[in-house]
Amino acid sequence: MTRYFLSRLVQAAVATLGVLTIVFVVMRLSGDPTLLLVPEGASREQIDQLRTALGFDRPLYIQYFAYVGDLLRFDLGQSVVQRMPAIDILLLRIPYTVRLALSALVVAVGVGVPIGVAMAVMRDHWLARLFGAVTLTGQSMPTFLSGILLILLFAVTLGWLPSSGAESASSIIMPAIALGALSMATFARMARIAVMDELSKDYVRACHARGMSRWSTVLRHVLRNAAVPLISVAALEIGNLLAGSIIVENVFAWPGVGQLALQAIQSRDFLVVQAIVLFVSLTYVATSLAADLAYAWIDPRIYLVKG
Amino acid sequence: MAVLKALRGGLAVLPLSAKIAGLALLLYLLVALAAPLLSPLDPARQALLLRLRPPGTVTGAGVAYWLGTDDLGRDLYTRLLYGARLSIAIAVLSVVLSSVVGTLVGMTAAWFRGGIEIVLMRLVDIMMSIPAILLAVLSVAVLGPGFINLVVVLGLTRWPRYARVAYGQTLQVATLPYVKAADLAGARAPRLLVRHILPNIAGPLLVVATAEFGLMILFEAGLSFLGLGIQPPDPSWGSILSVGRNYLERAWWMTAFPGACLFGLVLSVNILGDALRDHLDPRSQVR
Repeated sequence: MTRYFLSRLVQAAVATLGVLTIVFVVMRLSGDPTLLLVPEGASREQIDQLRTALGFDRPLYIQYFAYVGDLLRFDLGQSVVQRMPAIDILLLRIPYTVRLALSALVVAVGVGVPIGVAMAVMRDHWLARLFGAVTLTGQSMPTFLSGILLILLFAVTLGWLPSSGAESASSIIMPAIALGALSMATFARMARIAVMDELSKDYVRACHARGMSRWSTVLRHVLRNAAVPLISVAALEIGNLLAGSIIVENVFAWPGVGQLALQAIQSRDFLVVQAIVLFVSLTYVATSLAADLAYAWIDPRIYLVKG
Repeated sequence: MAVLKALRGGLAVLPLSAKIAGLALLLYLLVALAAPLLSPLDPARQALLLRLRPPGTVTGAGVAYWLGTDDLGRDLYTRLLYGARLSIAIAVLSVVLSSVVGTLVGMTAAWFRGGIEIVLMRLVDIMMSIPAILLAVLSVAVLGPGFINLVVVLGLTRWPRYARVAYGQTLQVATLPYVKAADLAGARAPRLLVRHILPNIAGPLLVVATAEFGLMILFEAGLSFLGLGIQPPDPSWGSILSVGRNYLERAWWMTAFPGACLFGLVLSVNILGDALRDHLDPRSQVR
């Protein structure tokens, strides 16, 4: 077990380094990263000055090591627009996005899992078909479109919910639903597959033979076993929800990381953009590591086979 | 071309919903190709006196605006037609790019094993731990928006899924006797992979490509919605929706029509994709 944990930790470390490297490469795709960081209308000398100040005139590999070294000290550089450390700007926004992502996860699991279970248990029932259509709709609707439709219905027409911002407690409802819709479809699909897998096993037939009803078998035994694979789905979805916030937050003017990302891009504040991409990707690496470890702890067969 | 033949045979047994979805998809394609024939107007021509006219407006000169006009007096119908062109072209090209890259990586890793396998598949893992939309946003922000950049960025951020599928499938197929026979007969690796293995792993790759096609459409629309994709005056459904959001109360058509186009296209792709998967994956058919 220790061996599996260790190898999984090493994997996560490699992934982390890989993410840092890819972001480093992408930031240099345009050739000269200095040009990304200067304010518009800067003179030649100012550009040259900034290039030297930021160390972009050094050989690439030295820049790379300096960059990784800075990150290890949680130094993400200075925002050129707001003239304060990028990490401080990011930290102000993170609570909003985490709150939004978790609310969306609650929506996705709370709606998606029951739908998926129902689709598996009542396979040929008309409700299963209806739920299938709901899932397909959730999967095909772009987040910004469902966001706009929600605003149109609940803010503009009915006036029940605020259309944007984060001032009142009810502000989070619409963004959470819009963001959660796509994950809802994923959870429904995964729950359906997991429950169907379990339903074909011998213990289910045994319960049936002993006279247990279908639903009580599902509620008492099947769900517990089917829940295990859903843990890793949840971990992957947290990453997707954080990334999806870039669109939802801009539809609803929710003051989180996603809104910051677009503002930073528009004002060409690239170190802030870089900080955001690193934050989301590393959260993703961390949640999938946590999920794998939890998974192995619940179901020891995992590391006995792989480790 | 065994795949195509199998597909043609397969199409007949697809469920009715998938046939309708396929037909809808074909319609979208035709409309995109024939855009200039279907509307006499220029998608970028502004008529500031005709701003935000409702659907069905006919001017004194006899020009009909079937779906109304936008905030700059441009014909919404014409813009949606040309938007379909851009959207589908970007999705097709980026799916082609990412599937070629991904399949190549996956097959290479599975065939040669050893160090190449470890390096390539690790790279796949790493790429998959950066959410694609964020990587695309960062890359487009660095490179600048535009048609070619969008295709390249979307293509190069979405290849890992093909790599995973191609890798797993190639590992399986490589153990089959006919592949061993071809290997022993002296077939070189590229020929062996393309002529003997690729046709046998094309099914699952096609399923991935269909799902990815829908995602690419959503990505392009999302990026354009954020102002990072197709730039004005070129029409994209995403950017039309983004402007329409500001006129929700005065001009519902600017949101409703592009929204319906986008939803219909992605829905058709998803229905067709699901049916293809059920058809090609015997395991899910049993379910």
